[in-house]
Amino acid sequence: MNLIKTTDLVAYYDDFQALYGIDFELNAKEVVAVIGSNGAGKSTFLRSLVGLIQNENQQIQYKSEPIGACSADEIVKLGIAMVPEGRRLFPSLSVEENLIIGNYSKRLGKWNLKKIYELFPVLADKKSNPGTALSGGQQQMVAIGRALMSNPEVLLCDEISLGLAPTTIKDIYAALPDIQADGTAVLIVEQDINQALSVSDRFYCFQEGRASLTGKPGDVSREEIKSAYFGL
Amino acid sequence: MEWIHLLIQGVLLGGLYTLFATGLSLMFGIMRLVNIAHGDFIILAAYVGLVVIDVLGIDPFLALLVVVPLMGGGGYILQRVLLNRTLGSDILPPLLVTFGLSIIIQNVLLEVFSGDSQRVNLDNGLDIASIQISEYISIGVLPLIILILSILVIVVLQFVFYKTELGRAFRATSDDQDIARLMGISNKHIFGLAMAVAMAVVAVAGVLLSMRTNFDPSVGPSRLLYGFEAVIIGGLGSLWGTLAGGLILGVAQAVGAHIDPGWQILMGHIVFLVILVIRPRGLFPRSID
Repeated sequence: MNLIKTTDLVAYYDDFQALYGIDFELNAKEVVAVIGSNGAGKSTFLRSLVGLIQNENQQIQYKSEPIGACSADEIVKLGIAMVPEGRRLFPSLSVEENLIIGNYSKRLGKWNLKKIYELFPVLADKKSNPGTALSGGQQQMVAIGRALMSNPEVLLCDEISLGLAPTTIKDIYAALPDIQADGTAVLIVEQDINQALSVSDRFYCFQEGRASLTGKPGDVSREEIKSAYFGL
Repeated sequence: MEWIHLLIQGVLLGGLYTLFATGLSLMFGIMRLVNIAHGDFIILAAYVGLVVIDVLGIDPFLALLVVVPLMGGGGYILQRVLLNRTLGSDILPPLLVTFGLSIIIQNVLLEVFSGDSQRVNLDNGLDIASIQISEYISIGVLPLIILILSILVIVVLQFVFYKTELGRAFRATSDDQDIARLMGISNKHIFGLAMAVAMAVVAVAGVLLSMRTNFDPSVGPSRLLYGFEAVIIGGLGSLWGTLAGGLILGVAQAVGAHIDPGWQILMGHIVFLVILVIRPRGLFPRSID
């Protein structure tokens, strides 16, 4: 069953068209990667899914219901959460408050403060610190924890490895199996192709607002990905 | 002894200025809304209090129980219907719209209540009662009550902001609106609630002002100015700073008035300017901004 399905999705920033008809599917329990270079439309795509950009209602469906025109605060209540690019923790909230506010929607499920601290033990010691006083990797853990606190059925991760050390990236991706354990679908947006393809079941490659290539990581050659990525 | 007397009178005066400033500080802190009509809302609340006291025949302090919810509810509606539409990346629309509101409120009040100076009299003589501390020092009971209430307002707001879910939502929205929406926080609703809280404080300020001084429809803008000065002296985004700002402004005016009655307001402005030059971000700015 597909959780998220977009049909001919277009998106604009004022007069600038950023997405030109994206057809996309994300099924339950899947990890899907969206790769592409800067300006390919990856972040615009995620912002459309979570309602930070308003679209034609029918162009985005969640569990077969149209949600394209829903606002961001409605969509999180339906079960779609996002880890935003650049982490974007609330600077005037402590680590623990950042996590608590993740559950503002009051969705029930397996995630709570205790479970987040089990997933990322390092956060438990720092829970009273301001979120922005942590290292980049720890901030990313808070951002992921904050999104999980809404007990999402779909977790969208925007560039979670950006600017982090390789060992930290490994630590963060190590949490993925736990996140998926109860069937949560994960959509990963990355510029780092190897990272994205190594953890995903399927991928879409975006190029200038279009999905230039899609498939399973094992079925597609490096050359094909390279040409879809750079538009060669 | 004289200076202690001045200090005490200034602090007592500052209680009211703190209340003027708190509403402004809340609106700017949460919504980045500069409310030019703030002083006129205070005077509007004073007139609403006047009517409530007159119609219901109740004690002015009890009138707060009516005026506070009335102004708070009105604030929510005003925000949802009008002010939310003005907020965005451009700071000019909210300035223009609240400037317009200021003119409208002043003229409606003038039309309905005339330009005559008004004052709420307290039957029990509370407004003239004072506690004699020594030969030179006496403390007015009403100003003391106003100071205590204004500190109470700050304490309650501090609690709401740092200990409740609503306060977390206020702070999160103030930090980053888009991400707050991703948490399920409707920014339009939160802004409405923020305006309701600010207007509730405005209601307290207006009713207390009506007991302490004479007022007429034209005195709103100078209350706005005192409020602005107190906020900026204290530092934006800090409630305790706002209290400190209000008290400092009050003391400055009391000292000015002592030097020469014509210097009361001027001395407040001078202290404000000096602090602005020495510490442009105020005495207690919020560390993160």
